[in-house]
Parts: sequence; C-alpha cells; structure tokens
Amino acid sequence: MGARILYKEELAPKVMKFIIESPTIARQTKPGQFLILRVHKDGERIPLSIPATDPEKGTVMLVSQEVGKTTAMLNDLEVGDEIYDVVGPLGRPTHIEKFGTTLAIGGGVGIAPLYPIVKELKKAGNYVVSILGGRSKEFVIMENEMRSVSDKVFICTDDGSYGEKGFVSHVLQHLLKDGREFDFCITIGPPIMMKVICDITRPYGIKTYVSLNTIMVDGTGMCGACRVSVGDKTKFVCVDGPEFDGHQVNFDEMMKRLAMYRKQEELAYKAYLEKRKEMSRH
Amino acid sequence: MMAEQQKGKKEKKEKIPRQPMPQRPLEERRTTFKEVPLGYSPEQAILEASRCIMCTKPKCVEGCPVEIDIPGFIQLIKEGKFIEAARKIKEQNSLPAICGRVCPQEDQCEKTCVLGIKGEPVAIGRLERFVADYEREHSAVTKPEIPPPTGKKVAIVGSGPAGLTCAGELAKMGHQVTIFEALHLPGGVLVYGIPEFRLPKDIVAAEIDYLKSMGVEVKTNHVIGLTFTVDELFDMGYDAVFIGIGAGLPRFLNIPGENLCGIFSANEFLTRVNLMKAYEFPRSDTPAFIGNKVAVLGAGNTAMDAARTSIRLGAREVHIVYRRTRKEAPARIEELERGEEEGVIFNWLMAPVRFIGDERGWVKAMECIRMELGEPDESGRRRPVPIKGSEFIMEVDMVIHAIGTNANRLLFQKAPDIKLNKWGYIDADPETGATSKPGVYAGGDIVTGSATVILAMGAGKKSARAIHEYIMNKK
Ligand SMILES: Cc1cc2nc3c(=O)[nH]c(=O)nc-3n(C[C@H](O)[C@H](O)[C@H](O)COP(=O)(O)OP(=O)(O)OC[C@H]3O[C@@H](n4cnc5c(N)ncnc54)[C@H](O)[C@@H]3O)c2cc1C
Ligand SMILES: Cc1cc2nc3c(=O)[nH]c(=O)nc-3n(C[C@H](O)[C@H](O)[C@H](O)COP(=O)(O)OP(=O)(O)OC[C@H]3O[C@@H](n4cnc5c(N)ncnc54)[C@H](O)[C@@H]3O)c2cc1C
Ligand code: SF4
Ligand code: SF4
Ligand code: FES
Repeated sequence: MGARILYKEELAPKVMKFIIESPTIARQTKPGQFLILRVHKDGERIPLSIPATDPEKGTVMLVSQEVGKTTAMLNDLEVGDEIYDVVGPLGRPTHIEKFGTTLAIGGGVGIAPLYPIVKELKKAGNYVVSILGGRSKEFVIMENEMRSVSDKVFICTDDGSYGEKGFVSHVLQHLLKDGREFDFCITIGPPIMMKVICDITRPYGIKTYVSLNTIMVDGTGMCGACRVSVGDKTKFVCVDGPEFDGHQVNFDEMMKRLAMYRKQEELAYKAYLEKRKEMSRH
Repeated sequence: MMAEQQKGKKEKKEKIPRQPMPQRPLEERRTTFKEVPLGYSPEQAILEASRCIMCTKPKCVEGCPVEIDIPGFIQLIKEGKFIEAARKIKEQNSLPAICGRVCPQEDQCEKTCVLGIKGEPVAIGRLERFVADYEREHSAVTKPEIPPPTGKKVAIVGSGPAGLTCAGELAKMGHQVTIFEALHLPGGVLVYGIPEFRLPKDIVAAEIDYLKSMGVEVKTNHVIGLTFTVDELFDMGYDAVFIGIGAGLPRFLNIPGENLCGIFSANEFLTRVNLMKAYEFPRSDTPAFIGNKVAVLGAGNTAMDAARTSIRLGAREVHIVYRRTRKEAPARIEELERGEEEGVIFNWLMAPVRFIGDERGWVKAMECIRMELGEPDESGRRRPVPIKGSEFIMEVDMVIHAIGTNANRLLFQKAPDIKLNKWGYIDADPETGATSKPGVYAGGDIVTGSATVILAMGAGKKSARAIHEYIMNKK
C-alpha cells in the first residue's frame, strides 16, 4: 500500500514534517503507535511514530529526522510523490488514565510522538507539565501544539538560544528540588536522555514511561531485532511496546544494540549523500 | 552405485540406479545464492520414472500427506507427457515446484515407496519438481476453469503455504478471496525464511501470480489484529475468515547475555538476507551482519539454512551446536549433507549456558556444556542431560538461534473468542480447521506448531472445503 505525500514542511534542519494519505492507518491509530514504511521497492523497513492523524480526511502526519540513508531518501521526497509502502498502526497504544500531575518530557524529534499522548492524558483529566528540549532554538519543534495540550510548558536548549540553557534533565532536577510533586512521567527522546530522566525520577518513586526506538525489521514480533532487556525479561519493542516502565529498561544494552550496524549504515549514507550531490548538480 | 547395479542383476526393475541430482559445483556454491540442485534433464526424468514398478496398491501415496496419484504422474513422465504429469499432480497439490524442492520426501512418499525396502526409492520429489519446472518454463500453466461467482467473500490471513492453498481452492469454487499479509511480500516462510539457494523466489512469485490470475486479491502490509481486527473483517463483508499466520515468534534460550550485539534469531538473519536482500547490500538498503566464527544453535532445517547462508556471506567458520546427536537432528538428511559438503562444522551433544560479551557489548564467546543422552522424553527422543563439570568456553563472534518458534499472539489480543490450546496455538478441528469462533477457520503452523509446507497446504485445502460448506449453507 503506497501513500501519497500531501504536504511537506521543514520543522528544523534535517527534520521534515509530512502529511500522507493513508485512510486505514488514519482511522485505526491510537496515541503511542507507529508505522513502518519503505521508500522504494528494495528499500529498508523503517519505523516512524504517528504524531497525529485526521480520520475524516484519511491523513497521517509523520516527522522524520534525517540520520541515515532511508530517512534521507524519505526527506528528499516531495509533495505528490508516493511512499512505496506503509504498514500500521503497529505497537501497543499508550495506557491512558488519570494519574494526577503528569510530567511529559520530550527531546528533539521525540516531541512529535509525545504530542498525541499528552493530548490524551490532558483529555483524561491530568494536570500536564511539559518540558521540551532541543539542541538550539530551531530544534524545539511543535511548541504550539504542545502548549495547546499542556498546563505548563518549560523549554530549554543545549546552547541557551531559547528558554533555559541546559538539558531537559536540568529543568526536571530544578522542579524536583523546588519540591514539585508528580504522579507520573512520560518521556520520549534520544535514549541517553530517557536514561538520565529515569535515573532522576527513580529515587523519587515517580512511575516513568519511555518509548523505545530500537532497530526493527518486520515490526510484528517475528524477528527479535527490536529486543531489549526489561527487568530480567527479554521484550520485543514492536509488539510488547514501544512503551515500557523506564526504571526497568536496560538502556546501556539498548544503546549498544542501536550501534550494531553503524559501519554499514555510514557506508550506505555516504554513498547516498554522494548521489544526492550528483543529482543536485544536474 | 556400479557395485549395486551388478549385485542387483537378478532384480530386473532395479537395474537402473536412482538418478543422481545434478548439482552446482561446490566451489561456486560457497559464494552464490543461486540454487544448488539443478534439476533433472528430460532424459534423466524418463529414466528415473522407468524405475517405478507401478504398484497396484501404491505405498508411496500413503506416505504423501495430500495423496498425490504418484504412479499416475510417473506413468505420464515415462510417456514423455510432462505437462500432463504436472497437471495430474496439481489435482492434489497446487504447489508442486515448491513441494518437489522442500518436502521431506525421505520421511514421506519416498519413505514408503516399496523400492526403498531393498534398494533406493523412486526419486518422487525430484520428478515432481521436474514436471512442475517443465510446465512453468514452457509457459504451459493454464488457468483452471472458474465457475460463476458465488457472491461470497472469504478473507485469508497470512500468505504462507496454508493461506495460499486455501485461497486457491476457494477461488476455484467461485468465491471472492482476499489475502491479507503483514509483510510487504506474500509467501510466508517461503519468501522470508527458506533461502534462494534452496527455493528460488521467482518460483514463489510465479505461484502467487497464478493465484492472482484466478482472481485472488493480495493485500500486503496488512497486520490483522492491528490494521484490522478479525471482527472488522466480518464487518467489511467477508463471510468467513481463514487464519494461516504461521508460528513466527522466535524462541531464545533465556540464558545470560542473549541480547548482546551479534546474537540473532534465525528469523531476523534469514529475513534480512532473503526478504530484504541483504546479500546485495549496499545495492539493497538493508544490511546484515556476518561474523568470522558463527555458531548456529539447533539442527533443524532453519539451522541448516542459517548455517549455509552464513557460509555464503563469507563467515570463516560456521558451527552447528546441538544438544542431541546427528540421529535426532530434525533437519532433512540432504540438508545436513549439503551443509557438511559446504564446510559446516557439527558439534553434537553440546549446549550454551551463557554468552560472554566484550566491552562494546558484542558477543565474544559462549560458555557451553557437554551433554549425554538419557531416558526418552515425551517426543520419544532420548533426553539430553548436561554432564556436570564439563563446561568450556567456545570463542564466537556471532550466534544465531534456530531453536524453534512459538505462536505470535498479536492477532488474538483483539480476538479473545478464538480459543487457544495450552501452547498458545489455535485449538482447531483437525478435519475442518474450524475454531471456536463461528466462521473462523485456521490451519498450518498456527494450529500444529512448526511443521512442514505440505502439511500446511493440506490444512489449507481441508479448511477450504469446510469454508465452502459453511458459507454456502449460511443464510
Ligand atoms: C517505534 C519507533 C518510532 C520511531 N519514530 C521516529 C520518528 O517519529 N521520527 C524519526 O525521525 N525517527 C523515528 N524513529 C527512528 C527511525 O526509525 C530511525 O531513525 C531510522 O530507522 C533510521 O534509518 P536510516 O536508514 O535513515 O538510518 P540508519 O543509517 O539506518 O541509522 C542511523 C542511526 O539510526 C539508528 N537506527 C537505525 N535503524 C533504526 C531503526 N530501524 N529504528 C530505530 N533506529 C534506527 C541507528 O542506531 C543509527 O544510529 C523511530 C524508531 C522506532 C523504533
Ligand atoms: C528457515 C525455515 C526453513 C524451513 N524449511 C522447510 C523445508 O525444507 N521443508 C518443509 O516442509 N518445511 C520447512 N519449513 C517449515 C515450513 O516453512 C512451515 O511449516 C510452513 O511455511 C508453514 O506454513 P504456514 O502457511 O502455516 O505459515 P507461514 O509460512 O509461517 O506464513 C504465515 C504468514 O502469515 C503472515 N502473518 C503472521 N501474522 C499475521 C497477521 N497478524 N496478519 C497478517 N499476516 C500475518 C506472516 O507474515 C507470514 O507471511 C521451514 C521453516 C523455516 C522457518
Ligand atoms: S507432495 Fe511431498 S510428500 Fe507428496 S508426493 Fe510430492 S514430494 Fe512427496
Ligand atoms: S511405491 Fe514406489 S514403486 Fe510403487 S508406485 Fe509408488 S513410487 Fe512407484
Ligand atoms: S521488529 Fe521484528 S520482532 Fe520486533
């Protein structure tokens, strides 16, 4: 099933927002789920979260950050082009309930998948405090959307170009030191950020959920490429997750597994960047 | 073989030896994904066919799960009527080019062939493969006559041999059939698991095109349980649903270190290589990892496929590590032999107890323990028992688990009314495939646990008949 691109916008350097036509996925998706796409016939299967859908229009939003060959090829597609195929929605939807005061911490493109979850948490009656972080001002994406569903928003950047200077973890530490109390925390972002957040919330006993972005192939539980250690169990992120109790996740192992194909990935990406240069010259 | 021929002077019919299968040269095999057995020539096929003594009560047929009229099709080969022979097989088996290649014939039709009592059985599988290839290569495949549409719609979930067969049979009865497949290519294990050098993918593609020519619709990228639930399929107007989703969930050993880098399931490794064409990386986009010293855990067909694939990708040393002995190894004898020829090293009576990683999180060794065979277990095979104190370290930089699969529960989360047995497989009527949910039938590995292509096909066919009954009598 291909999916036509209806809209494309650059949210930040190398970060594209797409609206694609995919009526079934638009109708079936719940917050926390993702899809897998292939850009062309012999393309790799890559997972992307679903930050928003419009069931009436039959459209799905994607936010893609260029980190390698496939995301580069995707971000080079234009309005009117077709994504070769998409499958979804995959993964378990987020468990939503009224926890009380909820923390939502998003870093970089992680803010995109956080948005629909926060929207639901807010609807369920939670008081939502959001912390959004990026490398610099331009990387703090979807701020308006997040403001519309949060009761309070804190912003920070690594270089201080917008909001507080520092990482989201610093903002969190300040809040906790100030004696702010939270009943629940959900965080999505780079693995190292999620790990640090979990280390901070653990001593406070704040239940913390994370959405993991392991390497995947099929996304249906068939291959085990996505496996992580959660507590003393092996879990498959695509079917048991993507969300897990962050205090149980072995992040160090997960980060090592994410680097498993680094050599090949760099090779493929470099070759594509050459090709891209070639193409722009003609 | 010459000696045998002379010895058998008096037994007239056995004078002709079983025709050997021409094979790709060994040196070439270790570096190519092209098919290993090359197939009979017409002359060889006729010669082999002439060995069959045309039993009036053919034992071979009893050994075939779908009861192909074996002497019937062999007679046609003798007469040089290859296309007719293929059609004869297709009365019972719609995928002969596949079964002729992957059926464990030595446990089925060829096991019961009477010639096998004293000498070597007729090479039924090779003959089946020959006529099916002949028919396809001579573009002689014709569409069966399809009766007028019944107006009934059936949804097939999963496009492995069970689903494909069920779809074909139902289409032949005039029903409108749609296959829903989770992956981007149909075929199930035939495309993602069994490697190209054993089953060329264009053969599977040809079978799927054939189904399409009969009006079967194939919707890939649909995960039932997520994209649609089973109930939603009924809401969409399907009168019955067949579930043939296989047993795809890979098993791990649950021992320390199993999530180190360099440790894979055979499903992941084979899917990357077969379905995603990683052997063409970077021309294809999906990479696969290959180690210098690879240990494949298990000794079934999947293990042999993983081991032989590793050799082709350039591993220096490939080991099979199995806790029982060669005698108990579930792989086809032919596969063990081919692996051996290609350089696979077998380690019997041995099992890993933990994996050891380096500082970067990559596997660098496994601690193993030696086993001995004790009393027989429920399966009738002697149970392997660890020998205390026999632990030792085996250095490896890649480990592939091929120790079996379980049922994937994804579909059932949204269909709790489909009853499962205690192992998590579907509790279905063995004669019809009927499940506890009205209008829902099931067959193949999701009912039996990992079995064979031909058994999955047989189940698909039985269910097709039962589904036909059900939908034609439903108001
Ligand atoms: C459930 C889930 C949701 C995701 N949502 C988004 C999203 O909304 N937006 C977004 O930009 N990215 C998202 N990702 C990450 C995205 O899938 C990867 O960035 C992408 O697969 C990289 O492919 P590539 O070929 O461009 O880069 P590669 O060259 O393959 O990889 C570059 C880097 O990305 C990591 N990576 C490689 N393959 C994968 C993979 N299959 N999954 C995760 N990481 C990988 C590698 O560790 C490497 O560091 C998500 C991942 C998961 C598992
Ligand atoms: C590596 C390997 C080698 C083998 N070698 C041999 C051999 O030599 N000879 C032999 O006879 N047998 C062999 N087998 C076993 C044989 O392949 C299986 O018994 C047979 O394929 C089972 O068929 P099936 O139709 O039940 O399921 P499968 O072939 O497993 O197909 C199931 C299909 O359903 C799809 N699916 C799963 N869940 C869903 C869902 N929720 N929605 C939609 N689609 C879904 C899957 O993607 C898959 O395509 C081998 C198996 C493996 C793994
Ligand atoms: S289908 Fe399999 S078992 Fe039956 S005759 Fe053919 S090869 Fe033998
Ligand atoms: S049992 Fe053997 S010899 Fe007899 S009909 Fe079958 S194949 Fe021929
Ligand atoms: S991606 Fe294959 S099992 Fe999760």
